[in-house]
Amino acid sequence: MSLTRRKFIFLLPAAAVAWKYVLAGTPESAPNYQTTKHWWGMLMDLTRCIGCGNCVRACQAENGVPDGYFRTWVERYHVADWHMENPRVDSPDGGKSGFPGALGAGGKNFFVPKMCNHCVDSPCTQVCPVGATFESQDGVVLVDPKYCLGCRYCVQACPYGCRYLHPEREVADKCSLCYHRITKGLLTACTENCPTGARQLADLKNPADPIHEYLKTHGVQVLKPHLATGSKVFYNGLDGSVR
Amino acid sequence: MKGHNDAEHLFRLVAVFAAGIVIFLALRGSLVPRSFGQYGPYRGDALGEIASRPISYAGYQVCETCHSDVSELKHTGKHAHVNCEACHGPLAKHADDPASVVPVKPDPAKLCVRCHEANQAKPRSFPQIVAAEHAGDVNCRQCHRPHHPDFGSGAGK
Repeated sequence: MSLTRRKFIFLLPAAAVAWKYVLAGTPESAPNYQTTKHWWGMLMDLTRCIGCGNCVRACQAENGVPDGYFRTWVERYHVADWHMENPRVDSPDGGKSGFPGALGAGGKNFFVPKMCNHCVDSPCTQVCPVGATFESQDGVVLVDPKYCLGCRYCVQACPYGCRYLHPEREVADKCSLCYHRITKGLLTACTENCPTGARQLADLKNPADPIHEYLKTHGVQVLKPHLATGSKVFYNGLDGSVR
Repeated sequence: MKGHNDAEHLFRLVAVFAAGIVIFLALRGSLVPRSFGQYGPYRGDALGEIASRPISYAGYQVCETCHSDVSELKHTGKHAHVNCEACHGPLAKHADDPASVVPVKPDPAKLCVRCHEANQAKPRSFPQIVAAEHAGDVNCRQCHRPHHPDFGSGAGK
């Protein structure tokens, strides 16, 4: 086949489209990582959480989260007998230094670690006026700090309270599911440091990931399911009193 | 009377519109980052920038390449599923340069109770103690090895 000038010019747009696909799916810093091959989520097994605060400390050390702000935190619940609607909840310093004492005598007591739910239909992404927050192709809700204006729309929109305005950089900040770690094949800092396996990173696109068997065989719930945000943080043993 | 030249003002109109479109495209080209829209309505380069941040926790796989003796001991005991840095702290710098960055050994008096101090909100099946009643001021390591904590395993790794 002879390639005339005319044919070549006709091929240029197709080549441009093809090149775009070559570029897509490969963030520069992690050359072997393909964004289209993963779909990240997290499993929280509340029957294992001991409220040690390791995840909170690890997250702050890994991500440079300022004191008093949290990308992940642990709450302690106390439900007195039948008072499902009115649980007592505390989270001293995000649970970073553990939970001394008791919230009340008797009743039901348990810990609930919380973090960004990396929603499929995330309210925070929908309200961003400049495209600074987005859901990546591998299912992680991220903030582009260079593009964020600091308008706080997303902080208000998140129904789980998972976002804050970084006090120094004055841009929205949140859990990135340790994107700089998972793209290198590492676990998130919180998962790596959870001593009981209460947190488990899950790749929902990987058929060999134990998450699939787990979801099939356990009574799993997401937080605030009535909001239909498409949360990908799954809780095992979630009590109805958890808000 | 000379007839109206309709075409001329239409040409001017087109010229004004064309100039406007050119200015818009030029501004758009210079203000919108090149990677915007590469994967979706956001800056595609942001993914690479976020992914290239440095790590603090090396991950247990890295620890085990050198400290295989400790990991073998640990994998036979109750702490098999507790990763190294959960107790030893972030040590990616130590992994990069083991000679000059030497980690500090954790203090058992503070470390062990962080998980094992009794609390009514902890799962019943999790081994818990009231430290003051359990051993008083005796260091945990007098009786338990941190990497293999069965009772009576004595002071050691």
